[in-house]
Amino acid sequence: MTAGAAAAGGPVRSRGARGFARALDNRNLLGLLFMLPAAALLLVFLTYPLGLGIWLGFTDTKIGRAGHWVGLANYLYLAGDAVARLSVFNTIVYTVVASTVKFALGLWLALLLNEKLPFKSLLRAIVLLPFIVPTALSAIAFWWIYDAQFSVISWMLVRLGWIHQYIDFLGDPWLARMSTIIANIWRGVPFVAICLLAGLQTISPSYYEAASLDGASSWQKFRYVTMPLLTPIIAVVMTFSVLFTFTDFQLIYVLTRGGPANATHLMATLSFQRAIPGGALGEGAALAVAMIPFLLAAILFSYFGLQRRAWQQGGDA
Amino acid sequence: MIGSRSAADTVDTGGMNYLASLPRRLVTVYLPLVVFLIVLLFPFYWMVTTSVKPDAELLDVKSNPFWVVHPTFAHFRHLLFETQYPLWLWNTLLVSVVATFLSLACSVLAAYAIERLRFKGSRFVGMAIFLAYLVPPSILFIPLAEVVFQLGLFDTRLALILIYPTFLIPFCTWLLMGYFKTIPFELEECALIDGATRLQILTRIVLPLAVPGLISAGIFAFTLSWNEFIYALTFISSSEVKTAPVAVVTELVSGDVYQWGALMAGALLGSLPVAILYSFFVEYYVSGLTGAVKE
Repeated sequence: MTAGAAAAGGPVRSRGARGFARALDNRNLLGLLFMLPAAALLLVFLTYPLGLGIWLGFTDTKIGRAGHWVGLANYLYLAGDAVARLSVFNTIVYTVVASTVKFALGLWLALLLNEKLPFKSLLRAIVLLPFIVPTALSAIAFWWIYDAQFSVISWMLVRLGWIHQYIDFLGDPWLARMSTIIANIWRGVPFVAICLLAGLQTISPSYYEAASLDGASSWQKFRYVTMPLLTPIIAVVMTFSVLFTFTDFQLIYVLTRGGPANATHLMATLSFQRAIPGGALGEGAALAVAMIPFLLAAILFSYFGLQRRAWQQGGDA
Repeated sequence: MIGSRSAADTVDTGGMNYLASLPRRLVTVYLPLVVFLIVLLFPFYWMVTTSVKPDAELLDVKSNPFWVVHPTFAHFRHLLFETQYPLWLWNTLLVSVVATFLSLACSVLAAYAIERLRFKGSRFVGMAIFLAYLVPPSILFIPLAEVVFQLGLFDTRLALILIYPTFLIPFCTWLLMGYFKTIPFELEECALIDGATRLQILTRIVLPLAVPGLISAGIFAFTLSWNEFIYALTFISSSEVKTAPVAVVTELVSGDVYQWGALMAGALLGSLPVAILYSFFVEYYVSGLTGAVKE
């Protein structure tokens, strides 16, 4: 059709041009052509590196030296390495605690923002600020807030008379873990809250009216109307939240660089340290690849776990 | 009795009980909300006050840290004229803008092909794009360092411009697919009957209708690139080509005595561009964020 129109417009056009124009109307060929730029970039810089990373994990590659196949040697070494095992433990604690708190506080904040409020859109815009500024830079602010000598939190607590010595937030293993988790929560709550708020706004008020007519209390409305309808979006939001938290890098890198005594090293920061400053690309890659099963498990758990509940509840209704 | 109670409850969702239960709302809604806002905004307040505080006040444990007695712009002056900070900002801007437009161009074509051309295997490709979105940079940066080195792109801004699309394209494509889905097929069919080519349909019909989606994707992609850290940290080593978030962390943190004033000024200036852009396009940003999650 197009080729015909083109030919009518310009009779001098060659057969080649007409063939080309006609070929462009073929959905498969045009689809392929349109996919080409995105596919090329993703294949070269995403798919290929992903495969290369898995291969590197089985080699003893160092920076500037090609590696040889060493089988599972990297993984066996890491399994026996106390620091690597600690990083796995830290990553799990970090992810579980931070994600749980982010979910609870995020849901609470979403419910608060869903109330009738003045300046609602302004409030929503302000709430999302921690999420949009560069994490590395807000982490620097937290670093200063957690400073051993000049921490404003310590200053306040001393003034209140609750403590007498300044707290070394990033100097003690468990304090450092909690401090980094709090910084992560601070950044993640807005994301969870705004996404859940969007979910809340899609719930039709008529459900609540019907529940009110049946004499439901506000807790019952939350439990039997809000939660079931919100579950699918909770599943997606928490899957992303777990994914971001598990693979977090910059917050730890800026706040503690893994210290004190490797107490806050996550798998991502440890693999960076081993691979880039340490030069052991093979070992670092193995550690990074070791994150994949954990990630898949976390994604499957939060996605299908919650999804199935939604389906069951849908089935009940 | 039940009737009267439910009637009262129904009004609860309206405006009449609003005044009657004001003290209750004060405790259950406004108080927690104010606490949330204070906690969420405190680090920003802290950045601002620290960045205008003279060093003497910063290191004085006796004085009230919440207030600045003699505000100064010395830290900003130091940052802008005695370090390479303007250059770092320029690098970040350049990389973010180019990577965003590159990703948008690729994503528009890809999303249109997947959602509208429905070529053979388009469903599979759409799924693959979504999975690509789930691959975290923390897993990719080591092998990517090898790739970047082999291509001779190490320590160049081009490396970042080419690599940022790996997380921008999946996101933008996914978002734009949602927008394209809402455009009626009939519009395209009319254009086809009138003799328009597919490319004309895309540029004259689909894209103008998808402008809000393009803005959402663009704003989101820009902030994601501006905030990117691990790739910029790994693939760049010279100070002149570093991006602002990485440079503040690696170049300004030096020696035993941290220059907190300059650090906070750097953090503030590096956050401002995205914050300002965001404030102009909040609605688009939120719809991008929630749209990508809702799909």
